[in-house]
Amino acid sequence: MTDELPRTDVAADAAGADTHPAAGQPLLRIEGVAKTFGMFRAVDGVSLDIKAGEFFALLGPSGCGKTTLLRMLAGFEAPDEGRILLGGEDIAQALPHQRPINMMFQNYALFPHLSVRDNIAFGLKRAGMARADIATRVSEMVALVKLEGLEKRKPDQLSGGQRQRVALARALARRPQLLLLDEPLAALDKKLREDTQGELMELQRRLGMTFIIVTHDQEEAMTMASRIGVMKAGQLVQVASPRELYEAPRSRWIAEFVGDINLFEGESRLRDGHRLVIGTRDAGTLVVAEPREPVGAGKFAVAIRPEKVKLSRRGPVSEAGHETALNRLDGVIADICYLGGTTTYRVKLDTGGMMQASVANSARLDVDAYSLNQHVVAWFTPDDCVVLPS
Amino acid sequence: MSGRRIFARPARFAAIAPYLWMVLFFLVPFAFVLKISLSQTAIAQPPYEPVFDLTAGWEALKAAFGALSLDNFRLLGSDDIYVFAYVRSLTVAVTATALLLVIGYPIAYGMARLPRRWQAVAMVLVIVPFWTSFLIRIYAWINILQHDGLLNQTLLALHLVSQPVVWLSTDTAMYIGIVYSYLPFMILPLYATLAKMEPVLEEAASDLGAPPWQVFWLVTFPLSLPGVGAGVLLCFIPIVGEFVIPDLLAGSNALMIGQTLWLEFFTNKDWPVASAAAIVLLVVLLVPLLLYERLQKRQLEQGR
Repeated sequence: MTDELPRTDVAADAAGADTHPAAGQPLLRIEGVAKTFGMFRAVDGVSLDIKAGEFFALLGPSGCGKTTLLRMLAGFEAPDEGRILLGGEDIAQALPHQRPINMMFQNYALFPHLSVRDNIAFGLKRAGMARADIATRVSEMVALVKLEGLEKRKPDQLSGGQRQRVALARALARRPQLLLLDEPLAALDKKLREDTQGELMELQRRLGMTFIIVTHDQEEAMTMASRIGVMKAGQLVQVASPRELYEAPRSRWIAEFVGDINLFEGESRLRDGHRLVIGTRDAGTLVVAEPREPVGAGKFAVAIRPEKVKLSRRGPVSEAGHETALNRLDGVIADICYLGGTTTYRVKLDTGGMMQASVANSARLDVDAYSLNQHVVAWFTPDDCVVLPS
Repeated sequence: MSGRRIFARPARFAAIAPYLWMVLFFLVPFAFVLKISLSQTAIAQPPYEPVFDLTAGWEALKAAFGALSLDNFRLLGSDDIYVFAYVRSLTVAVTATALLLVIGYPIAYGMARLPRRWQAVAMVLVIVPFWTSFLIRIYAWINILQHDGLLNQTLLALHLVSQPVVWLSTDTAMYIGIVYSYLPFMILPLYATLAKMEPVLEEAASDLGAPPWQVFWLVTFPLSLPGVGAGVLLCFIPIVGEFVIPDLLAGSNALMIGQTLWLEFFTNKDWPVASAAAIVLLVVLLVPLLLYERLQKRQLEQGR
């Protein structure tokens, strides 16, 4: 078994694991990668650069190809087209055991016949590490994921959260240049999932490693990742920071997939400086800020996030009236959804449409709360609107 | 309450049914055989004495008990024929079981990795030979292996040999017959454990740097051990006592214990010695069974 490829340098210290070559060059470059299963094009021409030290999330609904892409990075599938460059070297056709990449599997895939210690040591033994070094590294890893005292247990004697930690320690033990995480938190309950999200981020920062996580949970991706790639039908439709993805989605589909949103379809009427006036069917005439990429005439959708919509009993006082041409829509409260920190109101607009408004419950007593069928004014600024091609 | 009463009885019966089965079909016949093994051969009907006669009274019964002896077991130990037969049976069983494992494992593994609908087809193909009588299939092998049989004709036609090879009445023929007959019993339990195993475990091993042979040796094989154990026992035990296949395919110079039993029972009409030989065989076979059970218990205690 000869490995022509750079192996995980198991002896290197993680803190100084700056194994990527010349600065500026991405650690991982995916170039026009495609994979077809029978007639189904699972991954359709994906190109992406990932820098060393990034926490990158691949986000998308199930069947969008994100897992297939991850499996190609790990080496379980070979791409039909394109190249995968790790530190400048094409690894697209290398076998999984030849890659300095490790993966944390969705249901952990712990070896049921091996103890926690042997699970973690598995990859180290394969790398031919000396026994004493293996012992040191294993106890380091056990401490890192806080599993002290459980080393001799078998996987089925552990709780779900503990199994998750073993899987993480096992994948990290070889100090891979790249760690892939396939829905790593999907099997945990909500509270544990939130705690673990924080721990994963902390760990990634401390080790300075590059993480690529696959998830269908947009909140998880937003919380943890520094950059998110959204996939749809095998294609990467937007790569952006969480904030940009949320506030400036590139398409209607992305806007609806990431978070809640109010969408009103309409046609551009006229341009007024930096403002665009759009006539909508369900929400009357709306004034919106001109998008960064100028748009011509035609059909558009105006998108407003629910928390950007303010509600008031009589409409905004005119002190805010200077310069801003506010959008004001009259309506009645049709539905109230109390969520603890916020309350989501559904407002039936007089113009015919429905508008969601998310209001922070900043006071404990509900003096500010609206009641069903109460008349309200929903208002928002042009800058809070996003214009999307319809 | 009434619901509980309805279900209680069948449940209790279900719990004792296996024991009832054991007593009726194993312990009682075993007691008969044990008793005969302690008797002496006689030219009579039945061909041994003493015969327990419950109508003859207490004294007669006591005398009958007194007439039992361990002579037959001493004979088994002192006569080479029996010792050789036992040794040969064990050798044949070990060799054949090893062959079966080596041949059956790749087949079972291949089946378990087929697409689901093909797995069902493969399963039927493995079981299909059972639809023909076992004896007919062994006779078919005689046909194939005989002097001008299919095998020799093929070999001659391909110019692989210049003279017909003697297959029949050799150990090779016997091993072919045994492996052929017992292969399904090795494949099915192996297939059952391998099909249950998650392929993602093999991926994990390979992701952690294990080349294919290590993936097999460190993950696949250890996880299939329950199936290996079941397959080995399912083949080994009946092969030790195998009678038909060695009788029809192997030569007559070295006998297996099954053949010796047959001779004692039907040719020599020596039921007591045959019974003693059967009892010893049973004890010999209990050893691997107990070992297997202990192994399983240890695996359970470790949380599998």
